[in-house]
Amino acid sequence: MIYIFYFLVYGFLLTAVIGLLASWIDRKVTARVQYRVGPPILQPLIDITKLLGKETCIPRGASKTTFLMAPVVGLTSVILVSSLLWVNNINSNNSFLGDLIVVLYLLTIPSISIMIGGFASRNPLASLGASREMKLILSYELPFVLAVLVPVIKSNFSIRLGEILGFQAQNGVIVGNLSGFLALVVALLCMQAKLALVPFDIPEAETEITSGPLIEYSGSGLAIYRLMKNMLLFVLPFFLIILFMGGLRFDGLHLLSGVLKYVGLIALIMVIRNTNPRVRIDQAVRFFWGPMTTIAIIAVIFALLGK
Amino acid sequence: MSLKLKALLKSPWVFHLSTGSCNNCDIEILDCLTPRFDIERFGMILVGSIKHADVLLITGSCNRQSVIILKRLYEQVPKPCLVVAIGECSLSRGMFIHSYNCPVPLDKIIPVDVYIPGCPPKPEAIIAGVVKLIEKIKREKLKSKKR
Repeated sequence: MIYIFYFLVYGFLLTAVIGLLASWIDRKVTARVQYRVGPPILQPLIDITKLLGKETCIPRGASKTTFLMAPVVGLTSVILVSSLLWVNNINSNNSFLGDLIVVLYLLTIPSISIMIGGFASRNPLASLGASREMKLILSYELPFVLAVLVPVIKSNFSIRLGEILGFQAQNGVIVGNLSGFLALVVALLCMQAKLALVPFDIPEAETEITSGPLIEYSGSGLAIYRLMKNMLLFVLPFFLIILFMGGLRFDGLHLLSGVLKYVGLIALIMVIRNTNPRVRIDQAVRFFWGPMTTIAIIAVIFALLGK
Repeated sequence: MSLKLKALLKSPWVFHLSTGSCNNCDIEILDCLTPRFDIERFGMILVGSIKHADVLLITGSCNRQSVIILKRLYEQVPKPCLVVAIGECSLSRGMFIHSYNCPVPLDKIIPVDVYIPGCPPKPEAIIAGVVKLIEKIKREKLKSKKR
């Protein structure tokens, strides 16, 4: 019963509220950087409400079930991840063996759901976007997993999120070490690609392939995809905060430091997003398999040496 | 007013469709997105896919070739949607009124909600037109409620 409560209140509602707010901050800061005024604070919520009220078109010849199920699969996995993370964050004894691996797998499913939706919609541009998304997953997963390995090694080879949090509560945050810092840098850039934000927004490049896999989605399907992306904007930084920065806490002054951690990560994402042009897919693959994997391997070696 | 329509008026995503214009109106539409005018403060975004659109901004004189595509695109917009005719050509075919290639004006082909005259209209005029459209729909809804 308590898990249903976690699933609905923390996993869905709280994450959605923070995610929508974060996406508003993102749009507002982008607007201010370009000397514009930017949208009002409720804009992401209004967008989703509007999309829920619109007609849902299904392209002729598309696979109907797959086309409509793909967004739901993505959203469900995001809600599952966020409730797993919240459960661990609130009570770190409440974890099971290997939940880190479960979280890693579930974080891939939103990208896979976008791919499924793109291929199911029978549109050449959507297929192109989906194939780019596939290449992007192949490129960033390797350095991301290597970077996640560093906290695992640091906390005496534990693959429980709860134990990683407990280790950080006793011995200080992992980002304080050299290896932890290097791993966080790699994980941040991989997060940028997971969120499909500007240097790596190759799958949905608005100016070339007009929002790629989402091109045929309208109405509630698009609303679910947007909600999923906004929620990911909270879930991924939250995952990194748990792994590298000792999690969020809600008592007294710790609340402030938790908010600062999250806002700091979001600010970094936005700075990267607003100061970079889009790269090509081959450049992205080269970037992630070359320098990023090298830095991640160096971080893993440092972690094994105990630095 | 229903929540559906209220949300639609607060985040109208516009799709830009040229039916054979001279590009002046299209440039003025793009001007609306620049920092000086910034239509994102009304929640408007220029979308690339017709399936995401709520408002069609139509420029140009509707020549024989583009009318086919215009009709197909109008059928593809998820309803409810609004249509805005921008520029003299889409209002009354402008200087092409006697042309063999432009048999009928836009509002004989699809229903138009608001007309923005000018050759080309200023960005201020386009924004004012869209605001008038929003006001008009609000008033119509109020009237239908009173009845």
